[in-house]
Amino acid sequence: MKRLVITLNLALFVFLGSFRILGAADPVLINGAGATFPYPLYSKWFSEYRKVVPEAQFNYQSIGSGGGIRQFLEKTVDFGASDAPMTEEQMKKSSIPVLHIPTTMGAVVLTYNLPGAPSLRLSGAVISDIFLGKIARWDDSRITSLNQGVELPGTAILVAHRSDGSGTTAIFTDYLSKISPEWKAKVGAGTAVNWPTGIGGKGNEGVTGIVKQSPGSIGYVELIYAANNRLPFASVRNKRNEYVIPNSKSIMAAAAGTIKAIPDDFRASITDADGKNAYPISGFTYLLVRETLLKPKGPYIQRFLKWAMTDGQNYAEALHYAPLPKALIQKIEAKINGIRFE
Amino acid sequence: MEFDLSNKSELAKAKRDFHPGDRIFGRALMLPAYSLLILLVAIALFLLHGAWPSIQRFGLKFVFSSTWDPVREVFGALPVIYGTIVSSSIAVLIAAPVSIGAALFLNELAPRRVSEIVGHLIEMLAAIPSVVFGLWGIFVLAPWLRSVVEPALGRFFGFLPLFQGPPYGVGMLAAGLILAIMIMPTVASISREVFHSIPRVQREAALALGATRWEMIRLAVLSGTKSGVFGAVILGLGRALGETMAVTMVIGNRSHISASLFAPAQTMASAIANEYAEATSDIHLSALVGVGLTLFVVTFIINAIARIFVWRTTLRWSAK
Amino acid sequence: MIAEQRGRTIKNVLMCSALAFAALIAIIPLVSVFGYVFLRGFSSISVEFFTSMPRPVGETGGGMANALAGTGILIGLAGLVGIPWGLAAGIYLSEYVAAGEKGAGLGGAAIRFGIDMLASIPSIIVGLFVYVVVVMPFKHFSAWAGGLALGILMIPTVARTTEELLKMVPVHVREAGLALGLPRWKVIVYIVVKGSLRPISTGIVLAIARVSGETAPLLFTAFGNQYWSHDLSAPIASLPVQIYTYAVSPFDDWHRQAWAGALVLILFVSSLNLLTRVILKPSGRAGA
Repeated sequence: MKRLVITLNLALFVFLGSFRILGAADPVLINGAGATFPYPLYSKWFSEYRKVVPEAQFNYQSIGSGGGIRQFLEKTVDFGASDAPMTEEQMKKSSIPVLHIPTTMGAVVLTYNLPGAPSLRLSGAVISDIFLGKIARWDDSRITSLNQGVELPGTAILVAHRSDGSGTTAIFTDYLSKISPEWKAKVGAGTAVNWPTGIGGKGNEGVTGIVKQSPGSIGYVELIYAANNRLPFASVRNKRNEYVIPNSKSIMAAAAGTIKAIPDDFRASITDADGKNAYPISGFTYLLVRETLLKPKGPYIQRFLKWAMTDGQNYAEALHYAPLPKALIQKIEAKINGIRFE
Repeated sequence: MEFDLSNKSELAKAKRDFHPGDRIFGRALMLPAYSLLILLVAIALFLLHGAWPSIQRFGLKFVFSSTWDPVREVFGALPVIYGTIVSSSIAVLIAAPVSIGAALFLNELAPRRVSEIVGHLIEMLAAIPSVVFGLWGIFVLAPWLRSVVEPALGRFFGFLPLFQGPPYGVGMLAAGLILAIMIMPTVASISREVFHSIPRVQREAALALGATRWEMIRLAVLSGTKSGVFGAVILGLGRALGETMAVTMVIGNRSHISASLFAPAQTMASAIANEYAEATSDIHLSALVGVGLTLFVVTFIINAIARIFVWRTTLRWSAK
Repeated sequence: MIAEQRGRTIKNVLMCSALAFAALIAIIPLVSVFGYVFLRGFSSISVEFFTSMPRPVGETGGGMANALAGTGILIGLAGLVGIPWGLAAGIYLSEYVAAGEKGAGLGGAAIRFGIDMLASIPSIIVGLFVYVVVVMPFKHFSAWAGGLALGILMIPTVARTTEELLKMVPVHVREAGLALGLPRWKVIVYIVVKGSLRPISTGIVLAIARVSGETAPLLFTAFGNQYWSHDLSAPIASLPVQIYTYAVSPFDDWHRQAWAGALVLILFVSSLNLLTRVILKPSGRAGA
């Protein structure tokens, strides 16, 4: 028996060892984790970038922005990703200063599952009341008055939200806190909040899945998740009382107003932006990297970031994201060039 | 053929001193065996260590507070404890009668061939991985509950708070049902074992006295195995409490106490699966480990109780 | 008297049919789960599923080749931990504790209890534990961590079956060996254990079957990876985690692949279970 065990283990070692030996010519594996918001764009990027630099493999797991920040701080990943900038308190936990590299902009859309998939118009106050549980039926007068001519069913509204720590939630609750004092007092803003109502799904994927599966539901997701799944999404009333459809243009419009005031570390909110045709629930998404990176992975990460700022931007619009403004890209590139290695 | 055990150990003792290899070999085996206990203690200690900050901060309120609010950093585990207890109770209420009934049918009534085949089938249920149940739960069970079961329950029993509210499909009821399915094989196969320990003579005696089949089952089989069957059910409960993936996929993941079974909920295990990798603040993390510790302690106690009940019954009959 | 008799008969018929009905209900979910997995699985499985890597989000096509390989590697690593550890504990319990070694009685009971409790710990707790002791200190999600978590979960099954099967070896076999003047360890290794190799291997196969579908302990140990992974200290993909990720996603093509993955997983686990029957058959013993 002992001998069997030994041979078995030997066989296993040889089996596993073969991976090691094969590993000699292995590409550099760079692990990242975080936001699900930009995941469709990132997975496109990483698969395209492999064609450019085959020896760098970027493994990205979309576990949510909260997870991205946490795993980044625990150094279990080489880079993090988040749509919610890190808080001062979180940044203090990192021994090496943290860079927020904006990669793209996106919109958080209200998507729903209703018969006939009508185009709805919603205002911030109505959205807030739906997610507070105060508007519980689709034929509530506050919804119908915004949507004359649309036939809404007399059924209950099933609210879908995120169950994980999420930057999409951060952007969405940041917006609601700006719009509704009641929301600000009762729920607040953050990557994970104490939801007054509704059902939780993991990741943008999970929430989209729930909405797709459940008639009468409404949820908030990044634009591409709704668009990719042919789910309808609402136009939302902005500061100038226009009902704006979320798309690359209206996201850029939202950024245009705030871009001059953007701080040096790029941590900025562009929700409820004052601008013509600005979609009010827009946001940046960031890659989190340390200012000093370790070799051999560091140079690969820097090279990738540069690529993301140039060629990478071209993939954004096709996937319903908005490319970063040119002026901002220059500032970001300066930051990227400042990354050091040791 | 019967040899005395003590005889053997005498021999063993006599031999042991002559061969130094024996001592080494014995120690070499003893170490991994005892280290299992160390492992168990280590798991408990690490959980306790990780949970310590939240225990210090929230104290007993941790278990009795119903607010789980990551923004304000207030963590009470009551909603997830409630979710775990209710979903497991639904599971046990459904699975216990069904699987005990099935076990009796297979052991006492069914023809041998039928009982063999059906017994195998039920055991195959036990081999299905949790994640596959979850997949089935999302795409088969939840839509069925949403479109058929929950509206019907709402119509006929809507006066009960249990069955009020919009039919989400996913939620407490879905989790309870999927758990019921998952613990059925456990309860059924242990019950069968327990029933099996009743000597044939007992049954024959009952039948000879003119008992009907059912009376024979009730008098000869059930009455003597109550505590064993109870143990089987508790073991099932223990499995339900800690089940993670399938529940996470169908329970709706919302840490909130709601009277309605249609509403989304959260269990201790699903809260960890959902939030552990992504909790950002230290206290949130610690609270999750605290939930893990609670779950560990609860399953430990439940399983210890169950083992005692099952042992008692099977030992009693095999001793006779 | 006759009325009472009839009452009893009616009750008998009612109760017996209730029991039969219970058995029927118990197999309905099985039929449904298997039915759906086979139906949806077979219609979505393809060669590509086994040979290709996952595609970028939202693009159709691609497969789970890396996750299949990853599961193989994780099971291998788990075996490194779980098999020797479980075997040693099982042999110790049957050969030393059952033999009434001095002071082993209490210890033996404690170990048995420990094994039972280890078997009943929710697997997610084991994942939590491994995250704290391996992932955090080494700052890596890794195949090692995932393998360790699965390995710990294998121990109870291996230990228990080994102990039970070795106890079935008659005492006189051991005595014959000792009487020949063999040291006890040789008796144990070459006579007792070697003679029960076939049944013992069923315990190992059962343990592998048990852990190959585990998802929860891998979530924050092995993590995930969309590439081939040759490096055991890097995150690694696995079939169950991939099924989970795809199942909760909104993409139809990923749902299709999740069903295909579920089919592969169920077939794998079932064939392992079947294998144990085949192993046991020739010796005519009913073990485990």
